[in-house]
Amino acid sequence: MILSILVNEGPYTHQASDSAYQFAAAALAKGHEIFRVFFYHDGVNNGTRLTTPPQDDRNIVSRWSKLGEEHKLDLVVCVAAAQRRGIVDEGEARRNGKDATNLAPGFRISGLGQLIEAGIQSDRTVTFGD
Amino acid sequence: MLHIVNKSPLERPSLDTVLQAGADGAILLIEDGVYAATRGNAVEDRLKKAMGTLKVYALGPDLDARGVADRLTEGVTVVGYDGFVDLVAEYKTNQSWL
Repeated sequence: MILSILVNEGPYTHQASDSAYQFAAAALAKGHEIFRVFFYHDGVNNGTRLTTPPQDDRNIVSRWSKLGEEHKLDLVVCVAAAQRRGIVDEGEARRNGKDATNLAPGFRISGLGQLIEAGIQSDRTVTFGD
Repeated sequence: MLHIVNKSPLERPSLDTVLQAGADGAILLIEDGVYAATRGNAVEDRLKKAMGTLKVYALGPDLDARGVADRLTEGVTVVGYDGFVDLVAEYKTNQSWL
């Protein structure tokens, strides 16, 4: 089955990022395909490579990057939500005159149309949030 | 439809909303939502009444994380994340009541 996941909550807030990750990992382990993981609202904070949690804590951001690399996942951060919260890739830095980038490996910034497309292309879409 | 509830009934009215809407299908309690699946909690009677038309599931890892796995309400089925995936596949539609 083709699944997509919507994450609306930032990491280390309550539990949505963790639940979404565990669900994604379980779905992949069962042989399902994940068409896209879309990060919206505060969920875009899952895509900053500058987070530095304590060493004995889970690293939510690099965990997504790693899962993405292993399974060729399409990890998409909403551009408007990202701009508001300072999540920047090279294109956005150039376009908005920023002096740095912080998008984590394996993520890309795109528009809300990607969420709509995920809903159309997937058999199921599951939302995780606050 | 699969109704996913992730907040305690003491914090948000989301579970009550599902129950009052006369929903059918199944409810999956995750995160703080699992408190609704414990014996003696405020919504226990309403949840039990709804079991006539709804199947009620609770996520095991979230029960364990909160130390309430041994206080499960009778009639609630415990599933892991793989069971969560199976429920999503089983029901054509799902709604997270955020």
